Amino acid sequence: MNGTVTQFDILPDRAETHRGLIAVAMSGGVDSSTVAALLQLQGRAVVGLTMQLWNQRRLPELQGTGPAQHRCCSLDDVYDAKSVAQHLNFPHYVVNFEEQFEARVVRPFVDHYLAGRTPIACTNCNTDVKFEPLLRMARQIGAEGLATGHYARIRKNDETSRWELVRARDDSKDQSYFLWGLTQEQLCRSEFPLGELTKEEVRALARRVNLPVAEKPESMELCFVPSGSYVQFIQAYSRESGIPLQDGGGEIVNENNEVVGRHNGVHNFTIGQRKGLGFAAGKPLYVLSIDPEKNRVVVGEDDGLRKTTCEVQGVNWISIEEPEAPLRASVKIRHKHEPAFAAVEPLDANRARVTFDAPQRAITPGQAAVFYDRDRVLGGGWIL
Amino acid sequence: MNRVYLDFNATTPVEPEVLDAMLPYFSAEFANAASIHTPGQKARAAVETAREKVAALIGARPQEIVFTSGGTESDNHAIFGIVAASSGAKQNEAALGGSAANRATENGKHIITTAIEHEAVLNACQALEKHGVRVTYLPVDREGQIDLDQLRRAICPETVLISIMHANNELGAVQPLAAIGRIAAEADVYLHTDAVQSAGKIPIDVNALGVDLLSISGHKLYAPKGIGALYVRGGTRVRQLLYGGHHQRGFRPGTENVAGIVGLGKAAEMARMSLADDARRISALRDGLQQGLLELVPHSRVNGGRAARTPNTTNLVFPGVEGEALLIALDLKGLACSTGAACSSGAVEPSHVLTAIGLPAEEARASLRFSLGRHTTSADIDFALNVVPAAVAQLRELSPTYRKEATANR
Repeated sequence: MNGTVTQFDILPDRAETHRGLIAVAMSGGVDSSTVAALLQLQGRAVVGLTMQLWNQRRLPELQGTGPAQHRCCSLDDVYDAKSVAQHLNFPHYVVNFEEQFEARVVRPFVDHYLAGRTPIACTNCNTDVKFEPLLRMARQIGAEGLATGHYARIRKNDETSRWELVRARDDSKDQSYFLWGLTQEQLCRSEFPLGELTKEEVRALARRVNLPVAEKPESMELCFVPSGSYVQFIQAYSRESGIPLQDGGGEIVNENNEVVGRHNGVHNFTIGQRKGLGFAAGKPLYVLSIDPEKNRVVVGEDDGLRKTTCEVQGVNWISIEEPEAPLRASVKIRHKHEPAFAAVEPLDANRARVTFDAPQRAITPGQAAVFYDRDRVLGGGWIL
Repeated sequence: MNRVYLDFNATTPVEPEVLDAMLPYFSAEFANAASIHTPGQKARAAVETAREKVAALIGARPQEIVFTSGGTESDNHAIFGIVAASSGAKQNEAALGGSAANRATENGKHIITTAIEHEAVLNACQALEKHGVRVTYLPVDREGQIDLDQLRRAICPETVLISIMHANNELGAVQPLAAIGRIAAEADVYLHTDAVQSAGKIPIDVNALGVDLLSISGHKLYAPKGIGALYVRGGTRVRQLLYGGHHQRGFRPGTENVAGIVGLGKAAEMARMSLADDARRISALRDGLQQGLLELVPHSRVNGGRAARTPNTTNLVFPGVEGEALLIALDLKGLACSTGAACSSGAVEPSHVLTAIGLPAEEARASLRFSLGRHTTSADIDFALNVVPAAVAQLRELSPTYRKEATANR
């Protein structure tokens, strides 16, 4: 560990002021493992924390739907994190957050789907687990903060004295969309050392310090649904938890309220979805909206998906204080959405209305609208 | 870093004398104790000497001692072995049609155990439940003690085994085993006790206690991991667990772990010699630690401290603290202790023992176990009294619930 890594010495100056113990949230993947290596190279005292979030054995009917190594909180991932800590020689602990994860991430995820919305579990996990009880635990065990493998940046704005969330330098890896819920208190105790690096640089550093996970493939799926089959997960979880499922089905109607088919549960659908809906007059049909109360899925042509406004709730302002007047921002309505210009009008402390300059396709309840000013995240909220 | 280890209920170091006694049997005296030749006879002699020493620790006869791989095997052997051999399965025993066929006839048999047993007993009982065995899990009071009347009432004609631990690993609570033994004898039911946490800490006499089977683990009494013993009173009907050669009279086949057995023998001998002195000195240190923590940490309480306990154990609750975070904070400062039971990934799960003595889940999670050992010094206790109160204060400072409670109490 004597090699110098000048090419990576491009982290924020903030590291200079932090000299105490830093906790690293380690999933066992290459990103968070490299964070630990990077901080150690900077001379920081590191402690690794790996969260036990979900017991895959709980829903036995989902067993066998994917290779074991791709399951959330699989022992393999824990061992990977441990082997990285051993390799780099810093203390590492597995900490149990299964209860919090279920209450704050899994259950809401299922409830949202059953209510016809399309949730983002990762945002809940960040806001309500990683940067809440885990960050608190990091501080309780004597660390001054928590570093994670997120691709995003945190900056202190000396003029406003606010901590700002900024897009990652590697735009293709940027995860700022999932971090809009972080408060000033959370941001000032957090570090995202990968925000200045590209994925290639991260892999290169991992190889350079011989991390045992340097060649580990990336996991793309939601961690607790490794098969990628949300429907299967929702059904299995609901059955186990006694949540009633309307899988007896309901009507698929068009915009004129004419029944055009039947569906087997609103949780099978998401706004903008096309697959399996058939055709009308030669044109493809899409899910336009979901009405869980009437147990109905409304379908129509692509034009019907385009809307100019939406309301958001649970609004959190990051880089600026809660504005009193409407402001201009580029707004992203899903992870892979190209941000579009809009006016954001605060309605009250909790809600805002977003009015786009041009109609946007498939504004989906349950997803987040995140307000950007160029690279800075101004804030965000949940689409109603 | 200065490291202080107060987790001797998890495991103990091999004593230098034990290691010295073992070393020849890895290389110079490597022979198989089952061999007829002279080197084999020397190994056999070492094994039999060790058997005598283990027997002496618990007041048994040497031929009543079976060496096993540890406490878990001993517990499993006692429980599965007694149930399989008990009447009801008798007619099927001749058939020997494999375990499934045997267990199918175990319908209706009954076992009595407690809610605070080690997983080696609990999970063995749960496995038997799937094969039709009925299991009564006796509750315990706030001190971790069973109620003898409840035990008496639980016994029925189908009861084939009572398995009640001698001392609990988390609380140190010691059950009234002699009284339990009398109840079992009156009812003519076999009594097994998991003595993994008591052997070497408090005196054990299998005859005075009236136990028929007793489990011992080497690594809890300064012998190595991977060696243990099961005491089986002469005449007790126990089905063997493993099938193989005729080692240990065929009852527990497998080439004997001579070095481990010698180590267990030496450790048992040392424990027998120093038990009274150890108990006196260690309990004084334990009491000092407990008293100091109660004084230095506001609102702290002892879990199960009012009944008989092993001399080395104290379990305290620090309200408003996550035990898991406290454990890590203390480890980072060099103090090793324990909370709850570890699961496969190493994450901490709420303790079934603390839940069983009536602690609400948040207090169970706010509890920490300190277990002292033969070489614990007063400097170790001073170190603990120095770091624990500071760590608890630091955790409480950052605990939203504790601050709320503290304000409410004002």
